[in-house]
Amino acid sequence: MRRGMIAILPLVPGILPFALIAGSSAVEVGIPVWPALGMSLFMFAGASQLVMVEMWANEAPALVLLATVLLVNLRFTMYSATLAPHLRGAGLPKKALAAYLLTDQASLLSLPEFERQGAAAHRFYLGAALTMWMSWQVGSVAGVFLGAVLPANWPLEFAVPLSFLALLIPAIKSRPTAVAAATAGGAILLTRLLPLNLGLIVATIIGVAAGMWSERVFGTAGGSQ
Amino acid sequence: MNLLEWVWPLIAVAAVGTFSLRLSFLVLLEKVQEPAWFRKALQYLPPAIMGALVSSSLLVQGGELHLDIHNHRLLAGLLAGAIGWKTRSLLWTILSGLLALVALNALLGTA
Repeated sequence: MRRGMIAILPLVPGILPFALIAGSSAVEVGIPVWPALGMSLFMFAGASQLVMVEMWANEAPALVLLATVLLVNLRFTMYSATLAPHLRGAGLPKKALAAYLLTDQASLLSLPEFERQGAAAHRFYLGAALTMWMSWQVGSVAGVFLGAVLPANWPLEFAVPLSFLALLIPAIKSRPTAVAAATAGGAILLTRLLPLNLGLIVATIIGVAAGMWSERVFGTAGGSQ
Repeated sequence: MNLLEWVWPLIAVAAVGTFSLRLSFLVLLEKVQEPAWFRKALQYLPPAIMGALVSSSLLVQGGELHLDIHNHRLLAGLLAGAIGWKTRSLLWTILSGLLALVALNALLGTA
């Protein structure tokens, strides 16, 4: 567990300001303190919380708001699918815990560990996921009660995309994985124009298809498996 | 409809829905063995998701494409990518990108 906690520490500076913003912006648009804290505790999904705050401020219809929140979180099904083979037979309570704590960062960071050491990586995942969870809760509480305490010209929110970049690099370990990343990266420049936040998922599917095609044509050059 | 009266039901539905999405395949794939093509596809999910996330966060700002040298986030991201590729370190990737962006903004003004 400790290894997972330590491994994910470099991503915490990216999460804290993000959580601060989620907490402070919720209060700013008029969501009361307890529900604002409840969002972070029960939803625990940054991007969708920000979307909810934004739509709340715009007085969107409740059903549209909920549909958009769930669409933003639809990507979690992809992580769920990548983790599933490694959690087979773990039992429902463990899976429920793993699911509640599931984030982009913890899943992506743990996946290579699962591939290397199988079920022994459960603890690694738990350590990484719990660290993300605690950082998110601490940041949210601070945001709700103190407001946005960070000066606006600190580009700390840039740490979030940098976190994804840092996770992307080790994921490129063969020609097909590089093709998948590059294709998805190109595709999203077009698919981002799709309605309902579907751009990320469509671009990802295009990238995955390109990776599979590349594997068929070139083989797994670079030897991923 | 007053959103304020509905704030807890809204959060409850959003939370249960989000949790279900996260749990979905963990439960679905318990009994069912995923087909071979699906297993293959899963290998390409992480690089594809991250490729898309990185590209859109570096190249798109305020809904518009910025593919030029005045895009400081792009420049800082490229430098961080090069350093990350060499060092293979999460920490150095993030740190170098942040420092590069601060330096670029200070030297050239926020674009």
